[in-house]
Amino acid sequence: MWTFIVRRLLQSVIVILGVTLISFISLQMGGDPTFLFVSERASEEEIQMIREALGFDKPLHIQYLTYLKNVALGDFGNSLSYRQPAMGIVLGALPATIELTLFSMFLAISLAIPFGVFAALYRGTAVDGGIMTLAMFGQSIPSFWMGIMMILFFGLYLGWFPISGHIPFLKPLFHGNLATAFGNLTSSVYHLMMPAIAVGFYSLSRNARLVRSSMLEVLGQDYVRTARSKGISERAVVVNHALRNAWLPVVTMIGLEFGFLLGGVVVIETVFSWPGIGRLVFNAINQRDIPVVQASVIVLSVIFIALNLIVDLIYVRIDPRVKL
Amino acid sequence: MTEQTDAFVLQPQTGSRFRREFGRGARSMVAAKWPILALMILLVVLVVAIFGPVIAPMDPNRQNIILRLAAPMADGPNGQIFLMGSDALGRDAFSRLLYGARVSLLVGVSAILVGGTLGVSAGLVSGYFGGWIDDVLMRLGDIQLAFPFILLAIMFLVVLGPGLFNLIVVLGIGQWVTYARIVRAQTLSLREKEFVEAARAMGDSTASIIFRTILPNIIAPLTVIASFNVASVILAEAALSFLGLGVPAEVPTWGSMLAQSRDQLIANKWWLAIFPGLAIVFTVLSFNIMGDWLRDFLDPRLKERS
Repeated sequence: MWTFIVRRLLQSVIVILGVTLISFISLQMGGDPTFLFVSERASEEEIQMIREALGFDKPLHIQYLTYLKNVALGDFGNSLSYRQPAMGIVLGALPATIELTLFSMFLAISLAIPFGVFAALYRGTAVDGGIMTLAMFGQSIPSFWMGIMMILFFGLYLGWFPISGHIPFLKPLFHGNLATAFGNLTSSVYHLMMPAIAVGFYSLSRNARLVRSSMLEVLGQDYVRTARSKGISERAVVVNHALRNAWLPVVTMIGLEFGFLLGGVVVIETVFSWPGIGRLVFNAINQRDIPVVQASVIVLSVIFIALNLIVDLIYVRIDPRVKL
Repeated sequence: MTEQTDAFVLQPQTGSRFRREFGRGARSMVAAKWPILALMILLVVLVVAIFGPVIAPMDPNRQNIILRLAAPMADGPNGQIFLMGSDALGRDAFSRLLYGARVSLLVGVSAILVGGTLGVSAGLVSGYFGGWIDDVLMRLGDIQLAFPFILLAIMFLVVLGPGLFNLIVVLGIGQWVTYARIVRAQTLSLREKEFVEAARAMGDSTASIIFRTILPNIIAPLTVIASFNVASVILAEAALSFLGLGVPAEVPTWGSMLAQSRDQLIANKWWLAIFPGLAIVFTVLSFNIMGDWLRDFLDPRLKERS
């Protein structure tokens, strides 16, 4: 067990190093990175001054080590448009992004399991056909278009949901302000609804298909037949015997799913004017604010890697067959 | 003597076998119904992508400020009509949609070719030679998969700047791991098979064994992945175009049309958002349906579970 944890930890450190190396290389790929940090009207002396200030005149390996040290300290330099440390801006936007990602993940998983199970139990019927057709569409609809359609229909036409706006829940929670946090909870979820469904629909579809096929496989196994022949109620067979095994592939996918959802959230935040990292990155792209883009990408990657680690460790607990 | 050696050599696929397989494929497709529709949609998209400029009723970049934000079927310039309305600059949405098919298909297919070539080569080398090169390539793949792809794409495209070539390369690099892993696994098992042993015993060069003996036997699963992959690459291209990281702004794409439609939502100019979105959905859906069918067709055992 401990060797597994240590090995997985080491692996994560290597991956994070890899991520910093990739982001360092990406900075260098467009030629002299100094030009990303200066205005177009800067004179040759100003450019040279900034080049030296940022250390871009040094040899590459020294630059990388400096970069690594700064990343470890969370120092990505000042945002070019806000004139504040990029890291602080990114961390300020982080809670809103986490809220959206977690909520869409919650929706996707909690709906995918019943949908998948019902489709498997009623295989070949209209229920199955309906769910699977919906899932097929779900895997073909761009999340941002889904968001736009929801804004048009549920937001503007029916007026059921707000088309933008964010009521913070995690931020007051992190600041220990419990009363505000839980006072906000209902309206927070209300505002989360449309963006979370738009982001999570793809994952919901993919996982529903996954649950269905693994459920079908499990239902054909001997131990399920044994359970049935013992006279256990069908409900208990499905829930206690079949589902316990059928949802394992979904758990394996949760870590990867999280990364996928993060990617979707980055895009969908722009659609709903959600004040998270995605919108920050979008604005930073338009202003070519490199430090903010870099800090956002690294922060999200580190979270993603840490979550994958946690999921792997949890997986060992719920599936005792996993060899360490 | 020649007869004996012939027994070891892989028989080249003959015309009649091809025709038989083709017939089997066509029958299975008709039986499954949906793939036929998907194939038809894809053919329409292909025709539109190739002949777009001939079919398009207007110049997709021709601005007409007086006739901006016209509704679908409204009168356009010179007695023409805006089939799908006009955008904020008075450009014909229908013509832009037709031109958009080019970018989606071109990027989708080229990125798969780039990623597929990289991935297949890496997988063949990894699986056939093993050892340190296998370790290095597979760990590299692990690192890339441990990193949400869209973030990687954003980071590179922000620095490199948007553009068709950059977009294809970045999306292609994003796909190589999938191919590499599958090809590696297949190569590992094929390497020990008798017909590969035979080719080796016949004195075939390593390159010949890899490319002429092993590779043809892994093409089938690759087509399935490629089909699903084109779908997800088209989605990724649309998302990046939506963020303004796709091709330059003057080239019409479905993603950038959706990005521009965002500003008109409050004004309820729904047509600007609906048509490009539907174009993406039906193209991607068709690739997904084709992938599903191909998988069942090539490996009927899986059908039990689907």
